[in-house]
Amino acid sequence: MTAHLLPGVRPYGEDATDVLISEGRLAAIGSDAAAQAPADAHRHDDLAGRVLLPGLVDIHTHLRQPGGESAETVYTGTRAAAVGGYTAVFAMANTTPAQDNAGVVEQVLRLGNQAGWVDVHPVGAVSEGLKGEHLSQMGAMAHSAARVRVFSDDGNCVSDPVLMRRALEYVKSFDGVIAQHSQDPRLTEGSQMHEGRVSAELGLAGWPAVAEESIIARDVLLAGHVGSRLHVCHLSTAGSVEIIRWAKARGINVTAEVTPHHLLLTDELARTYSPRYKVNPPLRTAADVEAVREALADGTIDVVGTDHAPHPRESKDCEWQAGAFGMTGLETALPIIIATMVEPGLMTWRDVARVLSETPARIGRLADQGRPLAVGEPANVTVVDPGVRQVVDPESQWTRSTNTPYVGMELPGQVLATFLHGRPTVLAGRPVERASQETEPKEQA
Amino acid sequence: MKHLLSAKDLSHDEAVMVLDTAEAMAATQRHAVKKLPTLRGKTVVNLFFEDSTRTRLSFEAAAKRLSADVINFSAKGSSVSKGETLKDTAQTIMAMGADAVVVRHSACGAAHLLAHAGWIDVPVLNAGDGTHQHPTQALLDAMTLRRWYAPGGPASGSARAADGAPAPQGRDLEGARVIIVGDVLHSRVARSNVDLLTTLGARVTLVAPPTLLPVGMDDWPCEVSYDFDAAIAAVEPDAVMMLRVQRERMSAAGGGFFPSPEEYSRGYGLGAVRRTAMPEHAIVMHPGPMNRGLEITADAADDPRSRVVEQVGNGVSVRMAALYLLLADEGNQL
Ligand SMILES: [Zn+2]
Repeated sequence: MTAHLLPGVRPYGEDATDVLISEGRLAAIGSDAAAQAPADAHRHDDLAGRVLLPGLVDIHTHLRQPGGESAETVYTGTRAAAVGGYTAVFAMANTTPAQDNAGVVEQVLRLGNQAGWVDVHPVGAVSEGLKGEHLSQMGAMAHSAARVRVFSDDGNCVSDPVLMRRALEYVKSFDGVIAQHSQDPRLTEGSQMHEGRVSAELGLAGWPAVAEESIIARDVLLAGHVGSRLHVCHLSTAGSVEIIRWAKARGINVTAEVTPHHLLLTDELARTYSPRYKVNPPLRTAADVEAVREALADGTIDVVGTDHAPHPRESKDCEWQAGAFGMTGLETALPIIIATMVEPGLMTWRDVARVLSETPARIGRLADQGRPLAVGEPANVTVVDPGVRQVVDPESQWTRSTNTPYVGMELPGQVLATFLHGRPTVLAGRPVERASQETEPKEQA
Repeated sequence: MKHLLSAKDLSHDEAVMVLDTAEAMAATQRHAVKKLPTLRGKTVVNLFFEDSTRTRLSFEAAAKRLSADVINFSAKGSSVSKGETLKDTAQTIMAMGADAVVVRHSACGAAHLLAHAGWIDVPVLNAGDGTHQHPTQALLDAMTLRRWYAPGGPASGSARAADGAPAPQGRDLEGARVIIVGDVLHSRVARSNVDLLTTLGARVTLVAPPTLLPVGMDDWPCEVSYDFDAAIAAVEPDAVMMLRVQRERMSAAGGGFFPSPEEYSRGYGLGAVRRTAMPEHAIVMHPGPMNRGLEITADAADDPRSRVVEQVGNGVSVRMAALYLLLADEGNQL
């Protein structure tokens, strides 16, 4: 395996130093790194002065395969992830068929390994077919080759309190976590956007904040009662933040996630009637955006998950009400965090490493991701140039779908290189294809 | 005007101008030969994704009286179920040489999308989009009210009431008091009227049970009351506008917006007693079709101060005005 020398990179944005990657590990960091490099090591002088971070870990990705290949495949989705600086993703269970048994999660694992862009960790469904009625075969998935630790019916809420309780209890036997999509289904029947001033004016059916908050409140109480781990997916309201803050103060074992789009965009965008801005949970108000930014900065919210939700073009090129919920996010997550958190001074690069890499890896119980930048650690790293500003153009992204809400926006930061277990998956901002790699399936939808 | 998508888009002066133009159109309709040559050679497409024979006929009559060719395209049932229907249909219609599109759709924002998505490049007239807007309905209501409301009339102590004759050019609705009653939550008529009537200077009070009022309307330029009788007493309205209540909204398990039709009628229906409590000159309006016995009793609907039939006639004049303002060439002005 070729060694790679990264001269003058800045770990966590701090002082410049040389880093040697060899045999899949960070072999040396410091002025002696170059001296230790083998003669045939690749020198990456273009990375000098850029920020080195642990490879990003997405706790919340929709790869759509099996069943949704017209929107995304494991190959195209993980390639987009690598371009976004990721080295591991958790692939949500709402595929067709659903990832609710060992066979399907092992299939997704295999597709991920064949693609080779990032480590793929399938999420297991909480309930059979994500129907919310019977527990899925959680134990079989946990003990399969995929070693599933994160379980979620995401897309749906586990709304039955008894089923939620049983799921929380059951995963304790293999240190799993329930990742809840918090949405009271009755309070959100027919909902199209955040319920408030804008929905009242537009006449679009509202998705009230309380439909999220009431489920989170119930779930933290359940998790506290049974002593289990709860992860709250894509929290979106100021009220939800307050509940998480309260639960943590009580010692309840809960982690919370926010998406990049909920850190930046508001429900005012619904005035365009472009389904590009239609997402679940919906874009909220400016006050909510402010609250989730503060909560991410102060640690109340633990991680950023992309909720990367690709859709085929026809699902978004239509009336708002007919449009699908969801936005792509893998390639823009880091730029959004730079724009919303780093540039305004709310977070340092160490905080970025924490919320985009270390904590998501810990929630998912990954041993070799989200590790510190230290000698001997696995070489899952990403190098970003925060000084570059780029206009988002969906046609030049690597995901198969074009439903980014940031189209036309100028965002800071570009991932120049990503290394997965010591091997470059991205160089000069472009994915690096390998001869041994399975190629992208040729058929296009 | 490039499009007519929302009553909110109209400035005070634009709204008055449309109403003045509608009166001019109405005047021509009293002649033996009703047809004007104004839009000869133009093609107006009525693109109806939702059934509404009344509205379609009104637009069709308006276009034909201006000598436009009319293509009626109804795409019933295909509206929201299939993603690309709106775009595909719009482009098909452009290929037929449309000069303007009148669109009715069950999805909020459908007209906005047609006007701005880049699919077509002709004026778009919103004939009702979901629960959002129905600007020509608000204009015809304003036209009706403008004929029956006399500034400084009975509400302010003088004895004079308007007689329904064409309003003088340039007149707005300054000082008029209007109560709008019923399902505001799902009503494009209510949204459009709050915008337009207040732009024209009227004072609007919405009356509904809290379940039928949208969350987030705190900054709307109107008063809100849950009590119809108290509102009549407090406001002394010049007009009461009853909204149509969809029967399917009544009592779906757990999702019903009110307990029973009887309770709704008692609280929010217009009958003889409330009609009597209103000022004598106050008119009754309804966008139709009426649910007699639910939001309005037969005697209130047929009361001499009911202007429901007149609203329909004014609808044609207002739509003529809108099409004229959107489509007429420079050399072919009135
Ligand atoms: Zn979700």
